[in-house]
Amino acid sequence: MEQKVYSVTQLNKFIKMVFEKNTVLFNLSIRGEITNFKAHYTGHLYFTLKDETSSIKCVMFKSFASNLKFNISDGMKVVVTGQVAVYEANGTYQIYCKEIAPEGLGELYLKYEQLKKKLESEGIFDESHKKKIPFMPGRVGVITSRTGAVVRDIINVSTRRFDKVNLLIYPAATQGVDVPRTVINGIETFNRLKNVDVIIIARGGGSFEDLFGFNDENLARSIYNSEIPIISAVGHETDFTICDFASDLRAPTPSAAAELVYPQMSEIVSKLNMLKHRNNQAILNYIALKKQNLERLKASKLERLPLNMITNGRMAIDLKLKKAEALVKSKVQKEKISTVNLISKLDALSPLKTLTRGYIVAEDKSGKIISKKEDAKVGDEVTLIVTDGKIKADVKEVI
Amino acid sequence: MEELSFEESMKQLEEIVTNLERGNLSLEDAISTFEKGIKLSKVANEKLEKAEKKINILCEGENGELKEEIFTTNEE
Repeated sequence: MEQKVYSVTQLNKFIKMVFEKNTVLFNLSIRGEITNFKAHYTGHLYFTLKDETSSIKCVMFKSFASNLKFNISDGMKVVVTGQVAVYEANGTYQIYCKEIAPEGLGELYLKYEQLKKKLESEGIFDESHKKKIPFMPGRVGVITSRTGAVVRDIINVSTRRFDKVNLLIYPAATQGVDVPRTVINGIETFNRLKNVDVIIIARGGGSFEDLFGFNDENLARSIYNSEIPIISAVGHETDFTICDFASDLRAPTPSAAAELVYPQMSEIVSKLNMLKHRNNQAILNYIALKKQNLERLKASKLERLPLNMITNGRMAIDLKLKKAEALVKSKVQKEKISTVNLISKLDALSPLKTLTRGYIVAEDKSGKIISKKEDAKVGDEVTLIVTDGKIKADVKEVI
Repeated sequence: MEELSFEESMKQLEEIVTNLERGNLSLEDAISTFEKGIKLSKVANEKLEKAEKKINILCEGENGELKEEIFTTNEE
């Protein structure tokens, strides 16, 4: 009997199917050492897992790789969990990893995951509970080690951005069993003294074990209960601790935390100046618009309505506009003269006060406003308009 | 108004200016809005100028009482 001949594709398809049907290969954990690690630009991770005598190719797709809590590197001893399957295109089989855990830290990881799940289900990490971080706070509390680079980084970065920083440092342990107790003390002390507007909990980078003190249930609850907003800056960008999840904001690094609370001074000053300018411009534009409306009204047929109705209204508007315009213009002028004393000078010349201080407008018999001495002659009868009525008067002298 | 935080005074100033820019206020309201804008920018300016650089550390004294000291690093 002649043996059946298969194509390569058929064979690989068949082997793939055999693998897929196997319940052991479908989900298993394998211990080994990482070699030939490559992080592809697509976000997928490729590496080989080996022991003393054997090796197997592994791939971790981006969707799973993004959940990794530590950086993978060659020589790392790990336990990977996933499915063994066949890549049909070249007939190789490999592990499609779903999880990678450092060997030996398994127990700590389990503790971390369990605590995270528990607190999550209680709502300790809920977005709705998170407090807003104040922008340019009056005073910032920093809970960190009093020695080392972290406290200096925070001081350097914040003072570079904003030269008048106000920091209050609370010294705490950032490694070992004392971490939860001392950090909680800091949070509670600041909440009792109410002497800071925001708290930064900071610690530099370290291994998962180094940072483990920040994976503490009581610490998470203390952060949750704090009335003062808390920024967590524990470890590097890739490290996530329970402290980060419970805080109101997570900063990728301690320096980044300093940048989050202190704005760039120059940006603030220019924003304030821009608002001042807009305020001045808006009132000038407003006055110009009102003037334009008045001109349009004058030009319209309304002019022929009963005379006193028109003139009374017009004079009232004219008077108000002229006063307002003159006052506002003088304000803006003053600002140009002295930017240093800008505000106090403007304030002294309050148009409200001046508006009520009382102006008198004089007009001749024909209703023409007298603005120059040439407009009036001795013996002329003039009308003086004040805020609540008119006064008839004779010109006695033109000086 | 002086009790406003810097953040709040900037926010109110921005709102006021935007409102004034719409141009649909009465003349009296426009002037008083403009006035308020000037006061708010004064408040914000004062907050910036009054700020002082201070870096302290909270220490526990012999009797357990808390006190603030000027922070110095050993490296300095």
